[in-house]
Amino acid sequence: MRELILLSGKGGTGKTTVAASFAHLAERKVMVDADVDAANLELVLSPQVKEKHEFRGGKVAIIEPALCTACERCAEVCRFQAVQQREGEYLIDPIACEGCAVCYYECPSEAIHLEEPVSGHWFISDTSYGPLVHAQLRPAQENSGKLVTIVKQEARQLALAQGCDLIIVDGPPGIGCPVIATTAGADLALLVTEPTVAGVHDLERILSTVAHFGVPPLVCINKYDINPQVSQAIAEDCAARDLPLIGSIPFDQAVTEAMVQGRSVVSYSRSPASQAIERLWKETKRFLDS
Amino acid sequence: MKIAIASGKGGTGKTTVAVSLALSLPQNQVQLLDCDVEAPNAHLFLNPTIQGREDVAILRPSVDETRCDLCGRCAEVCQFNAIAVVGEKVLLFPELCHGCGGCKLACPLQAIEEVPHVIGVVDWGSVGEMAFAYGLLNPGDPMPPPIIRRLKAMAQGEKTVILDVSPGTSCPVVESLRGSDYCLLVTEPTPFGLHDLKLAVEVARELKLPMGVVINRADIGDSGVERYCQEEGLPILMRIPFDRRIAEAYSRGTPLVEAFPDYKLRFRGMCKEMEKQVGR
Repeated sequence: MRELILLSGKGGTGKTTVAASFAHLAERKVMVDADVDAANLELVLSPQVKEKHEFRGGKVAIIEPALCTACERCAEVCRFQAVQQREGEYLIDPIACEGCAVCYYECPSEAIHLEEPVSGHWFISDTSYGPLVHAQLRPAQENSGKLVTIVKQEARQLALAQGCDLIIVDGPPGIGCPVIATTAGADLALLVTEPTVAGVHDLERILSTVAHFGVPPLVCINKYDINPQVSQAIAEDCAARDLPLIGSIPFDQAVTEAMVQGRSVVSYSRSPASQAIERLWKETKRFLDS
Repeated sequence: MKIAIASGKGGTGKTTVAVSLALSLPQNQVQLLDCDVEAPNAHLFLNPTIQGREDVAILRPSVDETRCDLCGRCAEVCQFNAIAVVGEKVLLFPELCHGCGGCKLACPLQAIEEVPHVIGVVDWGSVGEMAFAYGLLNPGDPMPPPIIRRLKAMAQGEKTVILDVSPGTSCPVVESLRGSDYCLLVTEPTPFGLHDLKLAVEVARELKLPMGVVINRADIGDSGVERYCQEEGLPILMRIPFDRRIAEAYSRGTPLVEAFPDYKLRFRGMCKEMEKQVGR
C-alpha cells in the first residue's frame, strides 16, 4: 500500500483542488482529508456519512470553588497562564488550558478535577469516488495532530479491508503538529506551490519538514502563469537540487467555477487546468508505481 | 489597539491585508507581528531591517539515571505520552512533550532536570519607522504557541499592533487571537472561503472578540459569503476585486498599497471603523 500526501506550507495554493481531481482520476484508493481544522474536500466530494465517531483530544482542568482554598499553587505551576482570578474566585480558562494536569496533581486540597470533552468528530463516508475518511475538529480546540493520526489509521484499515492499494491525503497548511502527523508514515509528498515570493518561501519550509521525516517530495506549480519568471526560477532551483518538478497548472477561472458547483475541476470541464491536472496525475502515478 | 487578522482558510489574503493596513497608518504608531510562525510571509513584502534575534525554547525533561529508581511516576502523570519507563530505562519522546514540567514536579527522587530545547526564533526590527517582528518555527518541531507567546510579549501597547495569524482554527490561531481587541477576517466568496469563515467566526466568538470581514477577490465565486455576513450581522469592511495586476504585484512581493496607492485611504478608513466598533 502507498500513501500520497499533498502539502504546501502556504495555505490556499490549491492542495484541495488537486486532491479532489485526483479523487476523480485515481482508482482503488481511499481519500483522506487531514485538514481537520478547516476541511474542504467534503465540499467537493459530496460524502454520504456512514460512520460518525467522537474525538476527545485532551483533558481540561476544572476547579471546584467549594474546595478551593485560594492557595494559588495551581497558578504557580501552570505554564500556560490558564489560571485566572475573577472576583476572588479561581478558575481555569479552558481555551488556554493544555490539559497537562500539573495543577490537578499539585493542588493540596484536591479541588481540581479533569474532564475530557468531545473536541471533534471523525467520519467514514462514501463518495462517488470511493471512501473518504475525514474529520472536523471543533473550533478553538487542541490536538489536531492526534485527530490526523486517527483518520490516517482508519483510512489504512479501510484500504486493507477493501483491497485498495493507495491512500491520498489532502494535508493542512503550515509545518506544525497536524502537518507532522500527516507526514508520519507517508510514502510520497506532492508539494503544491505557486509562483509568488510567499509560495517559494513556504515551499522551502515544507521541503525541510518532509526531509526531516524522510518522505520523498515531488513539486508542482499552481497558477504558474501568474508570474512566469518566478515559475522559471522554481523550475531551475528544482533541477539544480534534483527535486522532481512534475507539473504546472495554469491560472484558470474554471477552478473557481467548479468549486462553486461543488465539483472537482477535472469532472467539471476540459479546461486548461483540468488537462494539466490530468498530466500531473499521470506523472504522480509514475512515481507511485516506481 | 491590537488587531488580529485571521481567516480559517489559507491563501485568502491575510498577509496582503496585514501588510497594507500597516503601511497605511502613521508609521511611528504601528507595529506588525507576523504570528504565522509556520509559514511567515509578511517580511517578504516589507524587507525589514532585522535588529535582533532571540531563540525560543521550551523546557524538556532530562533524567539523571543515577538517581532514578524506575518508579514510573513521571510516565503516570504525563498526559502526552512523552515519557515512559520500559524495562530498565526511561524513554523520552521529545516531540510529544508540551514542556509543562509535570514530570519534574512529580518525581519523588528529584531525578528529573529540565533543559531548554530551542524550537525556533523570533526576529525583530523595523521597516522605516514601523516596528516589526516575526517568528520561525524550526521544521520538524510541532508546537508554534510558545513562539507566538514570545511575539505577543513584544507588543508595544501604545501603538496599533497588527497580528498576522496562521490559517486554521486550532492552537496557533487561538494563541494569536487571545488578548487581541479585534478580529479582522479575510475571506474569499467561494464555498471553501465561506465554510472556513464560519469556523473562524466561531473561534472569534468563543474569545468574545468584535469582528469585521474583508472579502478578497470579491467578484469571483458566488454570493454565499455576502449573505452569511448579512445574516450574522458581520460588517463587511472592505471588498477587494479580483485583478490580475494585484495577483502579479503580490507574486513579486509588492504590497497592495504600493502597487495601488489609492487603497491607503480605504485601509485608513477601515482602521477607523474597527476602532469605532471596539469603542476607541
